[in-house]
Amino acid sequence: MTAADAHSSPASPDARAAQNASPSPAPPASGAPPAGGRAPGPSGGRRGAARLGAARETGVLLALLLLVAGTTLANSRFLSAQSVKDILLGAAVMVVLAAGQTLVVVTRNIDLSVGSVLGLAAFATGKLFVAQPGAPLPLALLVGLALGAACGLLNGALIAAARVPALVITLGTLYVFRGLDHSWASGEQINAADMPHGFLDFGTATVLGVPVLALIAAAVLLAVGVFLGSYRTGRELYAIGSEPTAARLSGIRVGRRVFLAFVISGALAGLAGVLHAARFGTVDATVGTGMELQVVAAVVVGGVAIFGGSGTAYGAALGALLLTTIGSALTVLRVDPFWQQAVDGGLILAAICLDRVLALRGTRRARAKEAPHGA
Amino acid sequence: MAGSAIAPPLLHLRDVTKSFGPVAAVRGVSLPLYPGEAHALVGENGAGKSTLVKMLAGVHRPDAGHVELDGRPVALADPAAARAAGIAVIHQEPTLFPDLTVAENIFMGRQPTGRLGRIDRAAMEGAAARLFARLGVALDPGRQARGLSIADQQLTEIAKALSVDARVFVMDEPTAALSGIEAERLFSVTRGLCERGAAVLFISHRFEEVFALCRRVTVLRDGRLVSTGLVADVTVDTVVRRMVGREVSALYPREPGAGAARGEVVLDVRGLGRRGVFEDISFTVRAGEIVALAGLVGAGRSEVVRAVFGVDRHDAGEVRVRGRRLPPGSPAAAVAAGLALVPEDRRRQGLVMELSVQRNAALTRLRHLARLGLLSARRERRFAAEWAGRLRVRHGGLGDPVGTLSGGNQQKLVLAKWLATGPRVLIVDEPTRGIDVGSKAEVHRIISRLAAEGLAVLMVSSELPEVLGMADRVLVMREGRITAELPRAEATEESVMFAATGQREVRA
Repeated sequence: MTAADAHSSPASPDARAAQNASPSPAPPASGAPPAGGRAPGPSGGRRGAARLGAARETGVLLALLLLVAGTTLANSRFLSAQSVKDILLGAAVMVVLAAGQTLVVVTRNIDLSVGSVLGLAAFATGKLFVAQPGAPLPLALLVGLALGAACGLLNGALIAAARVPALVITLGTLYVFRGLDHSWASGEQINAADMPHGFLDFGTATVLGVPVLALIAAAVLLAVGVFLGSYRTGRELYAIGSEPTAARLSGIRVGRRVFLAFVISGALAGLAGVLHAARFGTVDATVGTGMELQVVAAVVVGGVAIFGGSGTAYGAALGALLLTTIGSALTVLRVDPFWQQAVDGGLILAAICLDRVLALRGTRRARAKEAPHGA
Repeated sequence: MAGSAIAPPLLHLRDVTKSFGPVAAVRGVSLPLYPGEAHALVGENGAGKSTLVKMLAGVHRPDAGHVELDGRPVALADPAAARAAGIAVIHQEPTLFPDLTVAENIFMGRQPTGRLGRIDRAAMEGAAARLFARLGVALDPGRQARGLSIADQQLTEIAKALSVDARVFVMDEPTAALSGIEAERLFSVTRGLCERGAAVLFISHRFEEVFALCRRVTVLRDGRLVSTGLVADVTVDTVVRRMVGREVSALYPREPGAGAARGEVVLDVRGLGRRGVFEDISFTVRAGEIVALAGLVGAGRSEVVRAVFGVDRHDAGEVRVRGRRLPPGSPAAAVAAGLALVPEDRRRQGLVMELSVQRNAALTRLRHLARLGLLSARRERRFAAEWAGRLRVRHGGLGDPVGTLSGGNQQKLVLAKWLATGPRVLIVDEPTRGIDVGSKAEVHRIISRLAAEGLAVLMVSSELPEVLGMADRVLVMREGRITAELPRAEATEESVMFAATGQREVRA
């Protein structure tokens, strides 16, 4: 399974949209006579909606392809195996974080603590290998996941208990986790030399030219994508973000579901921390600082509505890939790295404006369709 | 218990009471629902019907009393518990997820699953299509719920309730937005449910439906049970009298001489339109006149007054106040021209709940009360005391937060706040929603006194008795258009409902 496969998984809305994209506005084959009541509403809504969602992801994909093509034209080395491998390695950590963040954002929440959780898990990994150079790799992954899940558990519990917006809670835990990290590390840096070779090899190993880290990220992405798309619990997360009151009325255990989303987001941030440590080999207490905002940016650019209810993990992953690729492209094009942040910011604004325009157009069209059948 | 060899009640509400703050919404109501029959629950808006429904839905828990299912008490702690107990509820306001498909809305949490527990979308959409076929409507189960018309949202809600294999169905005004044929379909489906032994609690304002469908009827008034019995034993007249409990004329006093001395046209709305929301809205309001804007929820009434006041922009037509055209989309210009809007949701739009009574009363007159840009607490206090006295706002102290006042007194304070600006036109949106009967009458008295003093009043109201009792003229809206303009003499419950629903009277 590669990332490319994940995008065309049958569960993904892209695929659904493609199936439904037939232009015929025929009513459903319900077989029932329309009983002479109100004319059946034109069923363009579904296609429109699905197309809109798919358009968003296709748009990001298109931007990505254009970027790659343009940069390659300017510098053919951009598409070299090494360069592609670097981009995939860089994106892997972001994709894992973005998948977790998507779970939270679709419920109309946000997890700002992921950067700190990643840092904490990365440092824990380093410590683990310093203490137990022979520790097996799965143990490291497990430690990262568990540590992250514990952090997510704290986030979720605080949000449920305090009934305060997640933005505020996770802003608090962002500093708490970072503080713990700093006091634990107390200035210490763990270098690649202190890490066992097996672990460092894991960070750079490839299967058929694809980095193992990217494969792990793709697997995580696929799992989250399928969970969100085709499982009841996943759909309930969308329902919660789409209309919280209705979610409560229809018997969804809103608190429990949001809690779950934060635990998974934390666990994935922990996993990302281990991957980060494996990739760079050097960890200190500042690892992952500021990463939470990059992840939120990736998620938003990828078409996940910041007010919840729509968007997919695949889109978020594309967003992460796009932002990572822009970073590499700017380096290859010898653009001052300071510009990267400006470009990222512009991209977020463009994505939000695009969503707003599409949404407005959508509702207006829907209204225009509904209005005439008065009289 | 009337009836031959009747089964014990499937569900029994016993002495349930529920209060919200100082307002008792439901007081000691007992209600049995028998298997195989539909039971009507009628009452004016605010009589406590929806509160009762929400207790059955597990949204509210009774303060006292309990619910029995099959003779055993059940705790409906939350909506999931109610559903698990076999109670399906169609809420009055549709509760859909706009981002999800119609089919997902219907089956949320109960989606059919296939291999590895994955949702089987084809099966889900097929099941939804079968439900719609049963209801006789052609609605695409795969389309997004966003943008559905009110009627289609209502139908989706109904399909949702039908999809649950429930024994008790609670329908809170399910037909409010439906056409005659759709409603007829719903009735035959409901009869089918009853034949299979389900108990149905049916809430409706349309008596023909109640009499055609239900075997029993319970009347609520001001949160209390007035009567319960077989439909066969009552007539529409007796039910209405029990609902209202007094003569309509006594409840809605018009000042003597009201409607007699009509002044010049103060508010003139011509061809107002906002694409997709409402269109071609034209009407006038004269000084001293009360014009009511009636219609079903979602007909676009609040949207019209918001556009008149400039909260929303309109994209066609114009609004003139005393001949002067208002710039669109400017509430400030509207206030300057002498318009005042008392919004529908006073807690969120009318008052700042945390601020004191006196500060709230003075909010519209801050500039007037300030000296050299500084607000004088003494002048503010004197001003607030004067207005609170004039409208008889009952409050603990002028320094208390507004949130401590009862709904009726809050509403009077909002009125005071706006009257202090000396408006020529007063627009009130649902002036008595959610306030107790005593305060209601007082708000009505205030509004009609203001009209008698020469104020032009435009009132949006969903309560028919209020519309009929207060208005000199009734404008009825349906799906974004004005469908009827009825002078006081011609405005009856039937004529207004006819125009609001666009359907013919079924009853002979």
